[in-house]
Amino acid sequence: MSTAASLSEAPRHRRLGLTDYEYELILERLGREPNTVELAMLSLMWSEHCAYKHSRKLLRRLPTTGPHVLLGPGENAGAVDVGGGLALAFKVESHNHPSAVEPFQGAATGVGGILRDIFAVGARPVALLDSLRFGEPQHSERSRYLLGRAVAGIGHYGNSIGVPTVGGEVYFERSYEQNCLVNAMCLGLAPRERLIRSAAAGPGNLIVLLGALTGRDGIGGASVLASAELGEGDEAKRPSVQIGDPFAEKKLLECCLELLERGLLVALQDLGAAGLTSSVSEMASKGGVGIELDISRVPLREQAMESFEIMISESQERMLCVIEPSRLDDVLETCERWETLATAIGHVNESGRVRVLAHGELVADLPVHVLVDDCPLYDLNPEAPPAREPAVGGATTEEGADVGPAPGAGRVEPVSLEGMREGALPGAGAGPDVDTLLALLASPNICSRRPLFEQYDWLVQSRTVRHPEQADAAVLVLPDGSGIAVSIDGNGRRVAADPRRGAAEAVYECAANLACVGAEPLGLTNCLNFGNPEKAAVAWQLTEAVEGLALACEALGVPVVGGNVSLYNEAPAGPIFPTPVVGIVGKVPDVTRTGRLGFVRAGDVVALVGPFEPSLAGSELEKLWGRLPRGLLPDTDGGSVRDAQEKIRSGVRSQALQSAHDIAEGGVAVALAECCVAGRIGVQVKLPDGLHPFAEAPGRGFIVSGSALSLKEWAQAEPSAPCTIIGEVRGAVLEIAERVSLAVSELQAGWAEGLAPFF
Amino acid sequence: MKFGIVRFPGSCDDVDALRAAQRVGDAVILWHAERGLHGVDAVVIPGGFSYGDYLRVGAIARFAPVMAEVADFAAEGGLVLGICNGFQVLCEAGLLPGALLPNLSLRFVCRQVALEVVRCDTPFTCACETSRELSIPVKHTTGRYYAPADQLQELTAGGQVVLRYGAGQNPNGSMNDIAGVRNAEGNVFGLMPHPEHAADPLTGSTDGLLILESLRAHVDSRVPV
Repeated sequence: MSTAASLSEAPRHRRLGLTDYEYELILERLGREPNTVELAMLSLMWSEHCAYKHSRKLLRRLPTTGPHVLLGPGENAGAVDVGGGLALAFKVESHNHPSAVEPFQGAATGVGGILRDIFAVGARPVALLDSLRFGEPQHSERSRYLLGRAVAGIGHYGNSIGVPTVGGEVYFERSYEQNCLVNAMCLGLAPRERLIRSAAAGPGNLIVLLGALTGRDGIGGASVLASAELGEGDEAKRPSVQIGDPFAEKKLLECCLELLERGLLVALQDLGAAGLTSSVSEMASKGGVGIELDISRVPLREQAMESFEIMISESQERMLCVIEPSRLDDVLETCERWETLATAIGHVNESGRVRVLAHGELVADLPVHVLVDDCPLYDLNPEAPPAREPAVGGATTEEGADVGPAPGAGRVEPVSLEGMREGALPGAGAGPDVDTLLALLASPNICSRRPLFEQYDWLVQSRTVRHPEQADAAVLVLPDGSGIAVSIDGNGRRVAADPRRGAAEAVYECAANLACVGAEPLGLTNCLNFGNPEKAAVAWQLTEAVEGLALACEALGVPVVGGNVSLYNEAPAGPIFPTPVVGIVGKVPDVTRTGRLGFVRAGDVVALVGPFEPSLAGSELEKLWGRLPRGLLPDTDGGSVRDAQEKIRSGVRSQALQSAHDIAEGGVAVALAECCVAGRIGVQVKLPDGLHPFAEAPGRGFIVSGSALSLKEWAQAEPSAPCTIIGEVRGAVLEIAERVSLAVSELQAGWAEGLAPFF
Repeated sequence: MKFGIVRFPGSCDDVDALRAAQRVGDAVILWHAERGLHGVDAVVIPGGFSYGDYLRVGAIARFAPVMAEVADFAAEGGLVLGICNGFQVLCEAGLLPGALLPNLSLRFVCRQVALEVVRCDTPFTCACETSRELSIPVKHTTGRYYAPADQLQELTAGGQVVLRYGAGQNPNGSMNDIAGVRNAEGNVFGLMPHPEHAADPLTGSTDGLLILESLRAHVDSRVPV
């Protein structure tokens, strides 16, 4: 029997994604059967996407408090205090499944959605970043299509709305071939006192719907797309993907900010997954109140929409606000000025229920707590793969080996490396290392990202002090001359090898990028992209990864203020690499003293800094060899990581360092090459004995340069961190003693062109 | 010196233009739906996606009430500067010759480019005498300058080409590397690069300020009536 046939014969609750157990629970809580509208509402509120039922318990492990936190998890976005009376709101969110089905609109509406989360808390969006994962572009037309269209979609929305895209990352692995990842992060600024919450308050107050017309688009997006695995026949799901209208959102954004500035709003909430249902339920729940809606007032795009469709439509560019009745005329006037529809569709009461009327008839009447709080939270049943070593699926594709990458993910075709032999590397002569370095620099995971970021406006709003490829993190200037820095990082290959340390590394690397521009981390947001958590092996990856994130956040003293979980990222071939993505925001006291990654001056001394004990596990070199990610990653004491990053930060701020760059994919040799290419100048170094040029330990090692005198003084000052002088900036050649001698122009050529063929 | 920066729904670089203009003089926002230019000395039509630009770029903005005022202002010899989307709007409005077509790459491109100032005897470039090479960013999807052959000939012969992309720097396939043109009368100027984004050493170059300083110098030098 086909899946489709069996579904159509299944009871209606199962067709909507609820289990029999969950349906029994609903019957018990309501004391009756829900009608069609109510069941549609409950099925969405109880979906993985809205209820986080497989991850909520786990997420309690993450530290969420800190001295700078203004808004923590649970609001539309988290926010930290960045001084000068300003709050910085930020959040990362996934739009993976819509992007896998229709990449342009999926990615565009992902950007639209995260923007609304930010202005929903009253902040003006000032920067976007994105974290993308696709299959191997050399081998897959589908991956090239997804890459090109997703990047175009991100640019379409962000560029049109006037918010700069200042950073991001992209990696290519076979496991993302069917299920690409599109995570978008947004930052927004607001005067501290203007941050607004989403809790509905004040019985008698009006519920006003702002923005676009409500249509049938995106119906069931959250349940159809985000809470189940991708499979055959995904073409049929295309209608579930919403269409973005950045112009409507631009007007909505300006309108909402003006309403806030005029003090006309009691509460504000965006309409995202599950549309009105979710927004109304969340607002009522947070305010401990009830809400009554008359949905016959909702302005519709299409005739004859059913009540349930209106309640769960995911039409984009809509917001919901609570206002005092006396303010209605002022609100309508502002909205008219911004050509934004505004309609009072209900009111707040003390009932503790969501009641929905359509043409005078009661079509839904549900207690708020059943919608929001009563969805069962599940314990995961994690099971470590039998042997930690080669545990990840791929190589052994037998039944049940459903951990890690899709079968075949390991069969990455090695890049042609003339004369290169595995094992020939350590201590080998110049030849093989030269070939390896050039191959790594030109490989899709390491080469220049210019073909992507040139499609994004990174300078609108005139705050961008450091843009992509100038420094390891983006830096934006604030009105008082201080700045904020931001980076987004994650490496599924390494997390697949070792979920706990891999996830911790994502935090280390992101914070290291901030350290390289002299920024102190203030808060973190994450997006946990994993496979089906009902599978024991995925549950184990998720559990381990959250533990790793928690440990690293504790070690660095960075609170998690919000985020998103995206599960069921699987294709018929298997789950994606487990991919926790981490975004950290930080503070730079003086933007005239921020860092850059490229070497600056001939004659500067170059040093290797940090508790850097890299290995080849999960490295790009292993990928080049066609190996699966496997083996434990280097374990590093969190305290020593924190100290090293503090040291880098102090050196950048004091300007003892002319350049600072964290050593990530491709190890120290690639990092040196990147410093040369960015600075258009050469370097002559000798690596410490035993240090493999391509081994990796992201977030723990740095390449810095500075004058001999200032570097020496800095090295001796507190805090202490391992620091080894390895050479000098000079000439136009990257020279690694006994290993590599290559003109910077040659490094640049391959690196610059790596992704160009795919656009 | 008072600049007026037009704000359409969908304008994105309006605040950037306002800030940059305020570095060299006074500046106010002119709302698209209102008439009256508040006595400004020069009008700046900024970058962005006016009215969404889902139709041909600039095709709707030209009908905005404020544009009727701008046309009158220009007809009386008032100074009008169109940047990026503003350039597109001015071409659509018939205040500048030619048209902007989609980039040859068919993609948005954001890049710092080198520009050659073709002539320094215009109100928009008179401060560029000592610096005829400018480094200013472009960012657009529809920036390929086009004019029919005879018109192009006329423009070139008439000295209406004010800015060109430097050798090898043409980011969009513009004819003859044209980056900015003026009208025959010389008081309306449009360019694809963004001078307002080259106005602060912190965020890039400061070469764009020369365009705004040119306007100020020109206005300051005018004999009061």
